[in-house]
Amino acid sequence: MQPLPLDKSVALIPDGASLMIGGFMAVGTPLRVIDELVRQKKSNLIVIANDTAMPGRGIGKLVDAKLLRKAIVSHIGLNPETQRQMLAGELEVELVPQGTLIERIRAGGFGLGGVLTQTGIGTSVEEGKQRIEVAGRQYLLEVALRADFALVQAFLADYMGNLSYALTARNFNPVIAMAADTVIASADHIVPVGVLAPDHVMTPAPVVDYLVAHS
Amino acid sequence: MEPQAIIARRIARELAPGMLVNLGIGIPTLVANYLPPGINLFFQSENGLVGTGAPPEEGMAHPMLTDAAGHPVTALPGASTFDSAMSFGLIRGGHLDLTVLGGLQVDQSGRLANWMIPKKMVPGMGGAMDLVCGAKRVIVAMQHTAKGRPKIVKQCSLPVTAVRPVDLVVTEMAVVAFSDGRAILRETAPGVSVAEIVAATEAELVVPNDVREMPH
Repeated sequence: MQPLPLDKSVALIPDGASLMIGGFMAVGTPLRVIDELVRQKKSNLIVIANDTAMPGRGIGKLVDAKLLRKAIVSHIGLNPETQRQMLAGELEVELVPQGTLIERIRAGGFGLGGVLTQTGIGTSVEEGKQRIEVAGRQYLLEVALRADFALVQAFLADYMGNLSYALTARNFNPVIAMAADTVIASADHIVPVGVLAPDHVMTPAPVVDYLVAHS
Repeated sequence: MEPQAIIARRIARELAPGMLVNLGIGIPTLVANYLPPGINLFFQSENGLVGTGAPPEEGMAHPMLTDAAGHPVTALPGASTFDSAMSFGLIRGGHLDLTVLGGLQVDQSGRLANWMIPKKMVPGMGGAMDLVCGAKRVIVAMQHTAKGRPKIVKQCSLPVTAVRPVDLVVTEMAVVAFSDGRAILRETAPGVSVAEIVAATEAELVVPNDVREMPH
């Protein structure tokens, strides 16, 4: 796989696209890709991610630049700007319990229609959702999530697109890599094919569509 | 002693060797400071780490090794890292022995509200709803009152985090357990009377004969 220059990688993304973005408080977020989204002024985006980080950091930069139409996230507590835009009615925010969010994404990437979970039962999260009883226990039906693009950040990528992640920068990345029509991966290091041992590959090459070049 | 320290130190006594424990942000984080020496257990950070250690010494932070608040941490020998699906599989799948969470309100039947104040503070629930639903045991660490108003109430006025009741609330005044829809006073903090606790609690407190003083 020939790595694609950063500007060309981001040029693949049209205005209005839905993006799954890896990272947890900007750790494991493709920061160069975010900067390029801002530079190219992509607008009207839907972002599906764990959080919106904080102002000036990671996904927070997309919020600062007002490029988002909607955010589907579990936590915005450390980003006052996201809260401000939400309360002012400028940005639609769908808050999803973190475990439910990652399972909805996993379902989207694994060919499942959704998942059954007890999380959210009897809370505001239940509104508008179907309850299903299995073996005498009540569950909420949480439907699968997919996106047009997954913006994945790996620690190591090889030139075929095999990916491996480091420490707590893994978080949403391998899961979103399964759940989008087009997967754009960037990596801290791109290594020759064969350097990543088969056992150490966490996202297999066939799911990665584009690898972002380093320069 | 600061209220937060009294609470954290008391909760630390609930920890036992081999447990997998998730500590929330705020007072719960302090529990790790009072871990009895010689006890080996696993702390989980829900961003994908089991075996979370103390904050790193200066110059030793790694940008890709953080806790759920994004702060640098260390990984103890024997630690493991994984993705968010695995992390919440541990939480929701019944593998987590204990979670300690902060609270805004707990009602008489033990239902916790800790994730939002409508129109004022809407941080999102993060992992809180999953933790309350999925952990084997849930302990709430919070001050007994906020601006003089009781936080253990008859019914939560704030949106609840889950309908599953918490097991224990530990405040700087008392330890309260919940069972069969009742709030039961278990312990009083040193120097605090039962009457003072009842006065600072809106929920109806069952006061058994064997209420003891909080060990320290």
